[in-house]
Amino acid sequence: MTRFRAALAGRAISLLLLLALWEGAAELVHSRLFPGAVAVLGTLIDELANGELLHHLDATLLRVAAAFTVAMVVGSVIGIAMGFSRALDTLLDSWIVLFLNLPALVIAVLLYIWLGLTEAAAVGAVALSKLPTVVVTLREGTRALDRDIAAMARSFRLGFWRRFRHVVLPQLSPYFLIASRSGLALIWKIVLVVELLGRSDGIGYEIQVFFQLFDIRRLIAYALAFVAVVLAIEWGVLLPLERRLLRWR
Amino acid sequence: MMTTELTLDIAEKRYPGENGRGAVIALKGLRARVSPNEFCALFGPSGCGKSTLLNIIAGIDRSFLGKVGYGGGRIPCVGYVFQNPRLLPWRTVRENIELVQRRGADPRAADELLGQVGLSEAAESYPARLSGGMARRASLARAFAVEPDLLLLDEPFVSLDAAAADRLRELLLRLVSAQPATVLLVTHDAEEAVTLADRILLLSPAPGRVLGEMPIPIPREERQNRSTLEKLLAELGSLRTT
Repeated sequence: MTRFRAALAGRAISLLLLLALWEGAAELVHSRLFPGAVAVLGTLIDELANGELLHHLDATLLRVAAAFTVAMVVGSVIGIAMGFSRALDTLLDSWIVLFLNLPALVIAVLLYIWLGLTEAAAVGAVALSKLPTVVVTLREGTRALDRDIAAMARSFRLGFWRRFRHVVLPQLSPYFLIASRSGLALIWKIVLVVELLGRSDGIGYEIQVFFQLFDIRRLIAYALAFVAVVLAIEWGVLLPLERRLLRWR
Repeated sequence: MMTTELTLDIAEKRYPGENGRGAVIALKGLRARVSPNEFCALFGPSGCGKSTLLNIIAGIDRSFLGKVGYGGGRIPCVGYVFQNPRLLPWRTVRENIELVQRRGADPRAADELLGQVGLSEAAESYPARLSGGMARRASLARAFAVEPDLLLLDEPFVSLDAAAADRLRELLLRLVSAQPATVLLVTHDAEEAVTLADRILLLSPAPGRVLGEMPIPIPREERQNRSTLEKLLAELGSLRTT
């Protein structure tokens, strides 16, 4: 426990140091375009208090959740199917390679043109950008399934559902975790671009507004709030989930 | 529970090689018949296709020429003890056993089996925590948890020390006498074959077929006697040389 505390103290000192450096640099530069830590934190608190920040954060998070869910579910189904079926793999592999290399920006622009500046286009663009990595990861996991264990399950004539739940899923759970973490990291970055291009709320939209107004204080405050939420989800949700799923090791 | 008669008529089992080259014929012209409730040992050198044969009988491997007949025509309930225990590492010992039980099985049956194989204490452990012998016992308990008509054992006692293997053999006999089933035991240990089986089928080196058979009408208890055992081993030895 003392080691944990020491690490925590170290981290706190490191963070304080960063804030101090920031504040010092801002003092030196002394420009409206480079606000200091204290000013930004003040703005952050104001924006939280008046509800603006939460409104936009909420919009962004909903898009992230929707896109993440769609990409994980659809991508897993396709990836697992491709892992099991060689024919399907041959059929879809080049499509996946194409989508893997198609920039998210292109997907977003095309969907906005085809579907209009709608919520569906925004969520769809984010989901589509993430989908191929989920497919590839889950296909890898499915190919790595233990053959001996599969033979055991067949010899005991386990039904489809039992086999899926007790034999296949536990072996895939590390791959689900990899797909979630890398996917979420990707989504956080893409979602802001998509909002900036074609939405009228969300953090990405606000960043664009602040850019046009040269409101750097709000810009940094919103970005920081966004980073805080990302970290909270990584540490508060994904890490504990990982520990739970891999307990048997 | 219904036990099962087994008729094997396997014309050929071939493992295809890369690009049609290097194909291996594992079994060829193998014919045999196992009576209901018989304890039959498949005895032969390593690599003679014994495990392949068990996989065919279990219905895991369907790509072969020939036929496997089960008494009554229906596919029997199979309990399979593999060479490596093949427990699910992400499920506890108890969950591993409950997994294969039939729907609506008595929930106490798993506990009872775990007690019989001496694993009550380890029921909530994950398989990684078990010793080799304990994992084998869990695997044995799992095979009996399905209330098998047909029990397939693939060298279940290899790589155990002699004392542990002996205890496990006794355990197997106790379980079989409590829950009768047709048993097929694959082994390359002559002493194991003659101490356990009602009948030994001698298999040839690959491609495997049945070279001969040796019924053992003597009750198992009498085979504890060293001179009886030596005589049986000699008989099996002479069968191998002919």
